[in-house]
This record gives sequence, C-alpha cells and structure tokens, in this order.
Amino acid sequence: MAKVHLWSSLRRFADGQEVVEVEAATVGQALDALVKAHPGLEPAVKAGVSVAVDGEVIANNRAAAVAPDSEVYLLQRLKGG
Amino acid sequence: MAKDELKSGYKLIGTRPNRPDGLDKVTGRARYGADFSLPGMLHAAVVRSPHAHARIKNIDVSKALALDGVKAVVTRADLPTGLSGEDLNLQDNTLAGDRVLYDGHAVAAVAATSALLAKDAARLIAVEYEILPHVTDVDAAMAPGAPVIREGVADYSVPEGMHPNVARYMAFGHGDLEAGLAAADIVREHTYKTEATHQGYIEPHACVGQMGEDGRGEMWVCTQGHWYIRRMCAAVLGIEAANLRVTPSEIGGGFGGKTTIFIEPLALALSKKAGGRPVKLVMTRSEVLRATGPTASASMDVKLGMKRDGTITAGQVFFRMQGGAFVGMSPIGEALPCAFACYDIPALKHEAVEVIANRPKAAAYRAPGSPMAAFAVESLVDEMCRELGLDPIEVRLKNGAKNGSRSSYGPDYTVIGLQETLEAAKAHPNYKVPLGPNQGRGVASGFWFNHGGETSVSLAVGEDGTATVSIGTPDIGGSRASIGLMVAEFLGIPYENVRVSVVETGALGVNEPTHGSRATFASGKAAVEAARQAVAEMCRRAAADWGIDPDAVEWKDGAAHPAGPNAGKFPPMSIGEIGAKMGSTGGPISGHHEVTAEGVGASFGTHVVDVEVDPETGRTTVLRYLVVQDAGTAIHPAYVEGQYQGGAVQGIGWALNEEYVYGADGRLQNPVFLDYRVPVASDLPMIDTVIVEVPNPGHPYGVRGVGETGITPPLPAIAAAVAGATGARIRSLPLSPPKVLAAIKAAKG
Repeated sequence: MAKVHLWSSLRRFADGQEVVEVEAATVGQALDALVKAHPGLEPAVKAGVSVAVDGEVIANNRAAAVAPDSEVYLLQRLKGG
Repeated sequence: MAKDELKSGYKLIGTRPNRPDGLDKVTGRARYGADFSLPGMLHAAVVRSPHAHARIKNIDVSKALALDGVKAVVTRADLPTGLSGEDLNLQDNTLAGDRVLYDGHAVAAVAATSALLAKDAARLIAVEYEILPHVTDVDAAMAPGAPVIREGVADYSVPEGMHPNVARYMAFGHGDLEAGLAAADIVREHTYKTEATHQGYIEPHACVGQMGEDGRGEMWVCTQGHWYIRRMCAAVLGIEAANLRVTPSEIGGGFGGKTTIFIEPLALALSKKAGGRPVKLVMTRSEVLRATGPTASASMDVKLGMKRDGTITAGQVFFRMQGGAFVGMSPIGEALPCAFACYDIPALKHEAVEVIANRPKAAAYRAPGSPMAAFAVESLVDEMCRELGLDPIEVRLKNGAKNGSRSSYGPDYTVIGLQETLEAAKAHPNYKVPLGPNQGRGVASGFWFNHGGETSVSLAVGEDGTATVSIGTPDIGGSRASIGLMVAEFLGIPYENVRVSVVETGALGVNEPTHGSRATFASGKAAVEAARQAVAEMCRRAAADWGIDPDAVEWKDGAAHPAGPNAGKFPPMSIGEIGAKMGSTGGPISGHHEVTAEGVGASFGTHVVDVEVDPETGRTTVLRYLVVQDAGTAIHPAYVEGQYQGGAVQGIGWALNEEYVYGADGRLQNPVFLDYRVPVASDLPMIDTVIVEVPNPGHPYGVRGVGETGITPPLPAIAAAVAGATGARIRSLPLSPPKVLAAIKAAKG
C-alpha cells in the first residue's frame, strides 16, 4: 500500500491521521482513494494539489506512476513565474 | 531515458552561438504586442476606478457613444453570467461587476477609430460610485474591525474565528518543535515584512483582437502562454476555445505577470460589438502598475533555535500574505515549502494565511513566494550567525540540504546542488575581499521547485537536411537558442541548420506558458524526443534503401550508418541525402512529442553581496555581487548567466527601492517608473556569476530550470549586507534611504 502524507491542516479531515495508506497504481488513483476513504478531503483535492512521489514532485499528472511502497506527499498546487 | 545515454563529449551543448532573435531585436524588426496592425483596425481605451473600494451605482455611456468615430462600448452587462471559481475571478477582474475592488479596476472599455478618440470617449463615460471602506495592508486586513471586502471568501481550510478577509489557511511540519527549541542554545524570533512589487517588464500588455458576430476570432498578443489566453478569454466571453486562434508576439519580459489575462477579452468583446473590426488595446505604464498583477505583500513571523556551533535545531514560521481582492492569488502554497527548503532541520512548523485586500489581483512573479520566505528565514539565520560570531556559509554548509535529506516540505531530495553552490561561493574571490568603512557583506541561499507541465513539440526534416522545430512556449530568456542547440546536438547537424519557432494555438496541442522555469527543460525534453522519432524514421529510410534491417542502422554525426560489419558496407547516408529524396521514399519525415513533463530538478543558488551605505543619506551602493547557481547542464551558458543576472537585479530592486505605496485613500501613489524605481544598469556593478553543474537525471541533457531561483537570495543578502555596514538590522523592505538613515540614527541611540 502506498503511503499518502497529508499536510497538517488537512489531518482534521482524515480523523487526525498524518499518513493514509491507499491501493493505487497512479497519482489519480491515489487521490481518488484518499477522497473515498475520507470525503472531507474532497474540497482540498478538488481545489488542486500537487504531489511528490518518492521525492519526485508531480505538479499535475494523474497518470504518473505510484508503486506499492511509494511515499506520496500532498503539496499545494504549485505555480511558477 | 537516462541522462548518461547522451552525456558524452558534447559538440554544441555548452557553446555560445549568437541568439536567433538578436538581429531582429537590435534592428527593431522584432514584432512585439503593440506592433501588430490590421486594415480597419480600431483602438481601445479602458475606464478605470479611481477608488479602492466602491459600489457602482450607474454607468452612463451615452455621451461616449454619441462621439463621432466611437464604434463600441462594453461594460460588465455585455459579458455572460453564470461563471464560478477562477473563471469568475478572471471575469470580475476583466470588468468590475457591482463593485470596484481596487484603484485601477476596469469598469468599461471603448473602441474608436483612433487611440486619441478612444481616450476622449473613455473620459465621457460617467460612472457613479458609492465609496466603501477599504484596506490595503495585509496585517490591517485581518485585524478585528477591518472592513470586509467580500463575503464568504474563506474556503474549507480556514479555521473558525478568523477574520472574514482570511481566504485560505495552510499548515505542515515535522519533528518535535518544542524539543528542538529546547535543545538550542539561543532561540530568536522576529517579524519581517515585504511590500508588493511589480514584475516590471519593459513591454506593457498589448493585443489586437478580432471577433465576428459568430463568435469566431483571432488574437495577436504579448503573452507568456497563448493557450492560457485562449482558455481564459473563452471562459470569460462564453465561447468555445477552438473558435479562438491566438498568436504570440515577441515578448518584452513577463516574469510571471503575463501568464494570465487583463485586457484581452475586452479587445475581443469590443471587436464583436463593432461588427468584427479588429481592436488594438495597449496599456499605459500607469495602467500596468495599477491594474496588472504585482506580487503579494507579506508579513512573516520566524522563530529559530540554534546551538553555539551553528546547528539549527528547530524552525517555525507564520506567514500572512495578501494577493489583492481575489482569492487564490497569494503564493502561500509556494512560500511555505520554500521557507526552509535550503535546510535539513529536525523540527519544523509552518503556518500561513491568505488575506484579501483592496489591491490589484496579484499574478505570479519569478519564484512566487520564495523571495519573501527567504527574506524572513535567511535574515534570521544571518542575525543569529552574527550574534554567535559564525561564518554564514559554514552554517549553511553544516545545516544545508543534501542528496537524500528530507526536504522541509516532506519528500526526500534526490540529486541537488546546494552544497556545491555554497562551496563555490566560499571559494570565490569576492568572498575574500577586505571590507572598508561603512561596507558590509551579505550571504543568502535560495530555492525554487522548477516545473515541467503540459508540452507539445513538432519537428520536421527539410529537403536540404535542415530541421524546423515548432514549440508552444514563448521565448523569453533564450529557449529557442537552447532548444536549437539540443536538437542540433541530437541530430548531429550544425546549430545554424535548426530553426526553432514559437507557433500559434492551432499548430500544436495545448502548451502551458513559459513559466516555472520550464521552457528549456520541458520544450527541450520534448524536442529531443521528437528528434529521436525523426532519427528512427531516417534510419528506417536508409535501411530500406540499403535493403537491411532498420535495427542494423545507427545514427551519428548527422547521418545513418550501417551498425557493425554484419550490416553490410554502405557509405553513410546524411540527413541531407535522406531529406532530398524523402518524397519518393515514403513522404515527409517529422517527429512529434507531447507530454506532461516530469523529472524537473530542484534548483538552488547562493549569493554573496558587498554594499556600502552612505551614513549621511542612507543610500546603499552595491559594490560587488556574486550569483552561484546550479544549472544542471548549461546548454547555452550566456543565457544561463543572463537569467542569473536578471534575477539578481530584480531581487536587488525589491530589496532596495521597489514598493507599492498606497495613500490613505487607497490609491496607488507611484504608478510610473519615475516613482516606482527599478534598478538600471548605471545603478549596479557587473553581476558576477558562477554556473554550478549538477546534472538533473530527469532530463536527457541534465537540464534544470534556471529562471527563477536567482530572485530569491538578493532580498536577505542585501539586508544582511546593510546590517553589516550600518549595525542596524532592518526587517522590512525596501531598504530605502530614509528607512536606512532612520535605522542608523536609532542604532546610534
């Protein structure tokens, strides 16, 4: 199961958990599984998030691969100048 | 593709050929946004609010329409309703609805047969306002009793009990903060403030729009991203994206400020109302400063724990940022993860709020959020180094992020080059120059994520063996030259035989703008993949001609070769020979690649600056300035150096002079370059640069974006140098002469 790390102000929408384990092969599946497990996270995910998968920042790609032992960090959607 | 596949004996990468747009730009032939003209074209002007916050009671356009030569007027009533989210924000900013939200907010626009007539007509549009209370300062906007600018802006993240102007809240961290602070020998805590600054691009926003009554249109525009222009205009005007074709002009600077729309829907709406005649709209400098995105202003609390040997044991920040009267525009989501990104600290806590205020809708500005965050954190690190008598580079080497260390925002770093930049700065002669009276030295490091994004590129082989490359990222900092070098390197042909063009929205799939330091990285990566496709096809054509298996053909030095003795003995077939007969060997040869590019390499830099402060006037002179930054691989080193120098100069301006000054009436007091003082060449010494190359494994040639990190360290580095020169620590920018003079006097008691 991939481990999805939530930033601390999101944890109140996930029963206080810092890490949520999900079955997912892609970033999109991981986000969908996260919302299914904790519907309170839907506004945050819908507002747009970036992720880091095993150290690699994925700004906006639901198809990016996630491995069973991946560490996934949610980040605010990143912009550039 | 692993970088090592290509990393061997580059022939072209790392050279400095002339820029392909250079001749056009120095001879005036380059066409910028305002240079487009069409037969029957009208000119437009915009009516803007003189108030920071007011209700619009009535707009009377009758006198303007009665003027001979006036062809159309648009107000919000001419735009579709029913939008939501960011689309509504864009529409609200394009033309005010029932309220104006900042000084300069657009209220109406008029098109006439000349620019002068359009301005006269704009003056005849009578707007009746009911003035409302306003607030422009970030701390004042969330203080008890502050006027509520818009109801219901808070999203899911805002805890109960905060002021209604607070729109977003974010928090994250790791480790035991209290234990970390308890382990420190000294704990210090201060508040730092930065003012809003403008991107300051030399070319004002300009466009020509044409739209018929059938809703089909075209636009020629100065922009960082023409697919964004297409999508945003379509949303604001309620048309289909495919009905709008957008062609970008050359661009005289953007720095993030040209990744969105301001005037573009107005030109299209006016054109439609004027029977399809094209409409040109060019902003004045005053309009640019009053009504296009500056960056956010910030108020930031920082707390750090440090041992006497310089080990940082814990860090905490609380940032408050305003990005104007619209939600989602302040860069708290970027500023927080950048705050401690240069460090490996066991315990961290980050919090931030976004606050709305009666200011223009902020836009991205070069490493959005990172310069402010660096000013706060790097300044306090410097203060503590001075208190403990520690060398600021040694402290950063001791605590700095390395390969594999956990980033402050969670994930582990892969391959990064911060330590290399610190070592190079330490070894540079500038760091050893003795300082004289009233002189001080500042050091700071900075970080930016970099970005990949949606990218589509095509390449076509010419009949003479040249190659044309079509990209969708406007060339701001030399990406055409850099992409041309990469393609020429891959194909094994001269750089001069590759022409790279930025093409319109109908010619490629969707491309994100040139933002996030992505153009050379992402369009370059896609161009190499497109070239790889073309090479595979050329090898196939040669194999067919020779009657051998395509796998028995290899490509080198611009030609197909039989691969090994078993493939047969054939003379190499050059790209020119293959191109000359491609019509009879299967048709045109091209390559195409589209991708949401990943594999960006994080970017780090370290700056060292020496200043001298005049104790009589408080004026700061920059004596010498050094930028050291990791480029991954410098494809065209002159452009890389240019990005380093440009970023440093913008950061110096932010540190020393630039600020939005609002009066008690909420009006911007300095909307011209005479009063909004950007640094010019005569203000500064040559900016010294050192390019560190720690190749990025996520790019075929090891490229990291280089455009943004350079603006980040100057703010704290300059403040540290001024503190060293004067003994006075100033925790709010800019360090204008009156402020420095007052601080010197206060320090002397």
